[in-house]
Amino acid sequence: MRVELTVNGAIHGVDVEPRTTLLDALRDNLGLTGAHAGCEHGVCGACTVLCDGAAVRSCLMFAVQADGIAITTIEGVTPGPGELSILQDAFCETHGMQCGYCTPAMILAAHALLTNNPAPSRGDIVDAISGNICRCTGYAQIVDAIALAAERIRGVNRPPEAGA
Amino acid sequence: MSEAPRTFRFVSSDRRVREDRRFVVGKGRFAADIAVPGLRHVALVTCPYPAARIVGIDKTAALAMPGVHYVLDGRELAAATLPLAAGLDTPHVPRRPLAVDIARYAGEWVVAVVADTRALAEDAAERVKISYERLPFVLDAEDALKSDAPLVHAGHGSNVLLDRTFVWGEVERDFAESPRHLSLRVKWGRSSTVPIETFAVAASWDPWREMLDVWASIQMPKYPDQTATALKLPASSVRVHYDVDVGGSYGVKRGIKHTVLVGYLTKRLGFPVRLIEDRLENMRGGDAHGPERLFDVDVAFDDTGVIRSMRMRALDNVGAYAGRSPFQLGKPVGAIVGPYRIRSVQYRAIAVTSNKTVQEAVRAFGQSPTNYAIERIIEEVANSLGLDRLEARRRNLIRKEEFPYLIPSGSTYDSGDYHTVIDKVLAHADYGALVAERDRLRAGGMLAGIGLATCLEPSGGNSSFEPLLNPKNTTTTWMDSCRISVDATGAITATMHTASAGQGHETLVGTVVGETLELDPERIRVVRPDSLSALPSNSPVGSRMAVMLGGAAFHAARKLREKLVAIASHDLGVPLERAHYREGGVFDRDAPERRLGWMDLVTVAHRNFHKLPPDMEPGLSVSHVMQVPTGGALPTADGRVQMYPCFSFEFHLILMAIDPELGKPEIRRYVVGHDCGTVINPKIVHGMTMGGIAHGIGAALYEEFAYDDEGQLLAQSFMDYLLPSSHEVPPVEIVHHVTPSPHTVFGQKGSGESGYLGAPAAIASAINDALKPLGISVNTLPIKVSLLGDMIAAAREKIGEPQGVE
Amino acid sequence: MKAAPFEYSRPADIDEACALLGGDEGARIIAGGQTLVPMMAMRLSRPTRLIDVSRISALSYIREEDGHLAIGAATRQCVVENDPIVATRMPLLAAVMPWIGHAATRARGTVGGSLANADPAAELALVAVTLDATLTYREAGRNGDIPASEFFIGPTITALPMAACLMEVRFPIWRDGHIGVGFHEVSARRSDFAFVSAAAQVTVDEDGICRRIAIGVGAVTDVPIRLERVEQELSGNRPDAARLRPAIEGALADVDVTADLHASAPYRRRVAATLALRAITDALASAKQRGPDAC
Repeated sequence: MRVELTVNGAIHGVDVEPRTTLLDALRDNLGLTGAHAGCEHGVCGACTVLCDGAAVRSCLMFAVQADGIAITTIEGVTPGPGELSILQDAFCETHGMQCGYCTPAMILAAHALLTNNPAPSRGDIVDAISGNICRCTGYAQIVDAIALAAERIRGVNRPPEAGA
Repeated sequence: MSEAPRTFRFVSSDRRVREDRRFVVGKGRFAADIAVPGLRHVALVTCPYPAARIVGIDKTAALAMPGVHYVLDGRELAAATLPLAAGLDTPHVPRRPLAVDIARYAGEWVVAVVADTRALAEDAAERVKISYERLPFVLDAEDALKSDAPLVHAGHGSNVLLDRTFVWGEVERDFAESPRHLSLRVKWGRSSTVPIETFAVAASWDPWREMLDVWASIQMPKYPDQTATALKLPASSVRVHYDVDVGGSYGVKRGIKHTVLVGYLTKRLGFPVRLIEDRLENMRGGDAHGPERLFDVDVAFDDTGVIRSMRMRALDNVGAYAGRSPFQLGKPVGAIVGPYRIRSVQYRAIAVTSNKTVQEAVRAFGQSPTNYAIERIIEEVANSLGLDRLEARRRNLIRKEEFPYLIPSGSTYDSGDYHTVIDKVLAHADYGALVAERDRLRAGGMLAGIGLATCLEPSGGNSSFEPLLNPKNTTTTWMDSCRISVDATGAITATMHTASAGQGHETLVGTVVGETLELDPERIRVVRPDSLSALPSNSPVGSRMAVMLGGAAFHAARKLREKLVAIASHDLGVPLERAHYREGGVFDRDAPERRLGWMDLVTVAHRNFHKLPPDMEPGLSVSHVMQVPTGGALPTADGRVQMYPCFSFEFHLILMAIDPELGKPEIRRYVVGHDCGTVINPKIVHGMTMGGIAHGIGAALYEEFAYDDEGQLLAQSFMDYLLPSSHEVPPVEIVHHVTPSPHTVFGQKGSGESGYLGAPAAIASAINDALKPLGISVNTLPIKVSLLGDMIAAAREKIGEPQGVE
Repeated sequence: MKAAPFEYSRPADIDEACALLGGDEGARIIAGGQTLVPMMAMRLSRPTRLIDVSRISALSYIREEDGHLAIGAATRQCVVENDPIVATRMPLLAAVMPWIGHAATRARGTVGGSLANADPAAELALVAVTLDATLTYREAGRNGDIPASEFFIGPTITALPMAACLMEVRFPIWRDGHIGVGFHEVSARRSDFAFVSAAAQVTVDEDGICRRIAIGVGAVTDVPIRLERVEQELSGNRPDAARLRPAIEGALADVDVTADLHASAPYRRRVAATLALRAITDALASAKQRGPDAC
């Protein structure tokens, strides 16, 4: 089946079987390998992408369902070659990862959170990433990263005179 | 061992982890990301029964499907390959990637299908018709020991793979002379590390070059050698690409059976083949379950709670095949008394086969269950005397002035200051206030308990359990290596020779080389050559890389420094002892203005042979192959051996509350004191500690590969095998202490396992403290909500405590 | 773990969906797919055709009408979670929404999908049964209604006719006094399916008399159930904690309780009583706190 996917602002026509998940289409048809398969049954969250800004599991969507939806992958939130977003940089600052396998999905879940809630509490952060299993870190440095990014983003948006 | 920690330029400073940049943008290079042109895909047909004879395999319908290339069965594979390596000397327990004639657990791989896509391979797998004749099976370890038990491997003659009894010291005398004895049975349930990335391997055979290229998510010593041996290839025909990022391992990513399977297929079919386990294949047939161990522990102690002797029987249910897993009963020998001064020990280690999924190495390699057993018994010693649990530990802990400390089983602990770590934790947590909080919770109707656990993390990874448990294995060498090259432009490249699964090894090498060369670590490129270009490595097992890769990198950098100094000494015409290295340059100590800078030295080495000292190799390339400190000796006849060089220490202190009506335990506070010697990168050590604790929380409360009576694995997916989420892992406060190791260059020790070593014991301790008012205790892990709820309800009914009061 | 092959259709309206459903015995409706797709990935479910109703805008709405809150079957759970009408008119529904899966599954999962999948532990099914919701379906050009009490038959089994498409669920809005709600569930991890759950809604008059009560428990047996004997005991009376627990235990005594890997039958029976009691207690407390303008 032919489907037009809008990914990171660009439209891509791909031919897929109806059973091809969005995850597999992103990885195999578009070469966007930042989304990872962990369980393929919707529990671990490693395949998280943004659909119209909301974090969703790309293993639980078929690619044929995704036309017309603005899909954002980790490749799409990276500002440019060699550059990091504030969130990505914060994950580096706190070492909010180890093996890196769940990391793109964590960052996208955090991205969705901070878009809606620029000043999340620790509980908000914990809840927002609770659908993303990380086996390496015990989550602490991930929570720290998201809190740090939120603080920095608020700082960026603050008028200069309000600064310290 | 109490000297002040040394100060460093880069070591111990809170620097970023260089690997992180690629991961945060989704540019990790995992095995599933490797795009090999023409790749075809494997799916597996698995046995639905715990034991069955394979009567017939009909491949016709599968092979008739367009896009299906091959259907491989176990007989064909077995005829072309050798059995997979086993740790113990058990020749009649052959293990192969696909079952041959008999399948021995539900989920065992029987047939592999190769097709254009994974989905198509799954379609074809459904059409392979296999007829089975069901056979008797055994699931429980104690049942497997019985004389009438069905034999998992008839040729072996019994289900016992290993039954060794060691006696270290005067056990009989110490028991006879001790006024008090106590026995306890505890059980560690079957769980594992369950990385989010399953095992993945792609292999491509080039028949003209006779080369098998392999990209895999591995963490396995001697992986290229074992793969080559099984495939009957010279190891020089197997090129394993180590520059693959591994999506978590914590021990289990061994994958020899997967690799032999796809290696054979790509050779047989002439195109590249990939197997990425799906989650069902991974959980059932990935052969990556962890220890399932029953302990019977007896201790002899005096009226003050000082333990004189211990007898421990450990019975492990290793599943259907041997592999390397029985060695997990051997590693605990290296810290068989934990951090305690127990002067004699009898240890009986029994490994039995059963019709369950095969075990693999799991974080801490069998030490975590053993530590749980030791910590449980010390609490019972305290309880039997009415002694404070903390005080009981203090009285038995090795004191800092006693290091180096020789334990009965032959290992000498390098250094430690256990009492101080505990005191720091108690002070940080305000222990008195924590006890008051527990009592306040109790007064409010909750069950509440304080959990205490110590643990030792043996690190540096010499695998002396191999010769200890298998006399035919005479290995005493466990190397790791680093090569440093400075090219003609002055750029520095260092190597490591293994894949990496999130432990930050590139950062480790960069930091150590930078520290030693007194240059910014960011200047040091770190690469991972393939196995044919590699120096020896035993891979990141046994908490060994800070010690071993860090050590090798240090020694290589020292050799480079020495070479630079020799060049400058010759060139400046000053004696060696006056040529002084600083920050990449060398100067005359007596006339500092006489100096050769970095590029001067590089130029001499690369371009000015006429300026090189006589007999010196041109260029700037040095390497160091490092043997494990303190390793190198075979075990004595009575089974004493130095197992691992360095011993980190942790003390866990937690407060838990249990809603008595629901039986649901909650961690209210978690403080851990950690001493892994000199910390090379604080962010990494912090993360390892936190991650280990989260993993331990899982093993203690949530995770279990449970089976039903018919031998079916009940927890096959992430819906039933419950990994802790961010909701289940509480904030953890880490208190640091540094007791450097005398065996390592910076004083570092390993740090990847101790969170996992202590957390299960600490949680069990807290829950048992909470249950104490009810007069019950729990001696099985994991402690699941329903089980705990039912136990509490029964106990409250027995003592007539009203239920349902809000 | 790839789904077996299937055809995919995206009908423009519900009648076309029904026609497709009627024309293919193996067809299934997909909306959010958060329950169906995992089952398909494991090949435990093998539809021959998926009929995607998630884009039919006529199935996605939340509105108050005729004393009911009506929610279109394809309305996303995240929309319900954040809807102001739900928050004020249907506080019990608002209370359970954050307990359904995770944010990422609520972003795709729909109300109708959860109901049609009929998991015994599903929060939406529990609320539907507890509040006497009505489910409306479309079949062969006609609408039909099924009360929630008859809709759920067992795990994944409902009274929905074979070729029918779920359209709407309507929850009656209580207007007779100060509403209070309570919800509790226990699971291994915060976001797992509950071992046991309990939902209660009450109204209390100015004198503290419980005028009306609905109490349901989920995951205890094959379908969510009401504890009618407790409702009879409490209705029209001043709540008496001492009599409540025995009444709850009595109501649960004859229930055929589920046992599985995660929780024993005695556990579920006992904890159902505890959670029902807590849900009622919370509902009574919140009713007393709510001002008269709340409903």
